[in-house]
Amino acid sequence: MAKNATVWEVFIQSKNGLAHKHAGNVHAADKIMALENARELYTRRNEGSCIWVVKSSEIVSSETEDSEAFFDPSNDKMYRHPTFYTMPEGSKHI
Amino acid sequence: MKEEHFQKQIDTEQKIEPKDWMPEQYRKHLIRQISQHAHSEVIGMQPEGNWITRAPSLRAKMILLAKVQDEAGHGLYLYSACETLGISREKLVQQLHDEKAKYSSIFNYPTLTWADMGAIGWLVDGAAIINQVSLQRTSYGPYSRAMIKICKEESFHQRQGYEIMAEMAKGTPEQKTMAQDALNRFWWPSIMMFGPQDSESPRTGNAMKWKIKRQTNDELRQSFIDKTVGQAEIIGLKIPDPDLKWNEERKHYDFGEMDWEEFWNVVNGNGPCNKQRLAHHKKAHDEGEWVRNAAQEYAKKQESATN
Ligand SMILES: [Fe+2]
Ligand SMILES: [Fe+2]
Repeated sequence: MAKNATVWEVFIQSKNGLAHKHAGNVHAADKIMALENARELYTRRNEGSCIWVVKSSEIVSSETEDSEAFFDPSNDKMYRHPTFYTMPEGSKHI
Repeated sequence: MKEEHFQKQIDTEQKIEPKDWMPEQYRKHLIRQISQHAHSEVIGMQPEGNWITRAPSLRAKMILLAKVQDEAGHGLYLYSACETLGISREKLVQQLHDEKAKYSSIFNYPTLTWADMGAIGWLVDGAAIINQVSLQRTSYGPYSRAMIKICKEESFHQRQGYEIMAEMAKGTPEQKTMAQDALNRFWWPSIMMFGPQDSESPRTGNAMKWKIKRQTNDELRQSFIDKTVGQAEIIGLKIPDPDLKWNEERKHYDFGEMDWEEFWNVVNGNGPCNKQRLAHHKKAHDEGEWVRNAAQEYAKKQESATN
C-alpha cells in the first residue's frame, strides 16, 4: 500500500477584499495537486476567488485544555475596549 | 471528573472539538457512524454512475454528472471529519474492503431504468436530507460542519430526482408505469434507510445522551413519510403501502410494517448488489494504485529539486 498522502488545510477567499477562511482539508501528493483538489472539492459553486493550501503538519495550534491560562493576559485589560471610557455628557462623534 | 466536564459541554450545546477529551466509546461510536456515512456517499455513486452514459438528454447527463460529483465530495468531507478522530483514510478504506465497516443498504439495490434516477434523487436523497439536517446539530464539531456543507448541496439532488419522476408520471403510459415501478421498488428500502425501529436499536441510548444523534430513527422516518406522501399525490403516483393513512389524532401518517427480514438480509451482505458494489470499489482502488505511487514519486522528485 502507498504511504498515506499528505493532508493540506484549505483556506478560501470567497471574493476579492475579504479574508481567507478555513474550508476544510484535502489529500494530495504535491502543492499543485492540493490546489486542484481543493478547487474541485470546495469551489464547485463559485465559492471562491482565491485558494490557499498549507500542509496540515505545518500548522501550530494552541491547546484547548490550556486556553484559559493561554488567553489570561487579555482578561484583565478592559481599558483596551472603547466602552471602558466615560465621555463627557453631550459629546458627539467620538 | 473529565467525563462530567464532557457531559456538561454536551448538555450546554457546546461542540466537542478534536483536541477535547472524549470518552473512548464516544470516539468509537463517531468513527463507526461517520465512516459508514462516508462509505455510503462513495458507494452511492455506483447505482447512479450506471446511468451517466445512457442519460436521455444532454441536460439530464450534465445534471447527473454534477450530482454524482457532489456525492464524491460528500464522501471526502466525511472522511476528513472522521480522520480528526485519529484514524487514517487508508485504514477507513481498508475497513470497507474487509467488510468491517458498512455503508447504507439502499445502494445494494440495482438501478434498472431511467426512472430509478428519479426515485433515487427524490426518495433516497430525500431520506438522506432528513437525516443530515438533523445531524447538523450533532455534538461533534467537524461532523456538524460537514453536515452543514452537505445539506447546502443536497437540495438540488432531491429536486432533480422529483423533476424526473414528475416528467415521467405525466409522460406516455409506458413512462408512467416505469415511474410507478421505480417508486414501488425504492419506497420500502428508502424508509428502511432510517435503520431499525427504536425498540430494536440498542445503540440509540448513548448516541442521544451524547447528542451524536438528535432524533431517533422512528422520528426521522415519520418526518420523511409525512413530507413525501403529498409529493407522490401531486404527481399522480401511488405509494405502495395499503396501510398508509392520515391519523388525525397523531397528526402523522400511519404506515405498514417494514420487512425487517429483508432489511437484515441486505445489511448482512446478501442484497442483490452487495458483492458487485464492493468488488467495483476494490477494483477502482487497486487500479488507481500506480497513479497514487507515481504522484508521490513526482512530489518527491520536485521536493529534492527545490532543496
Ligand atoms: Fe450526499
Ligand atoms: Fe445527494
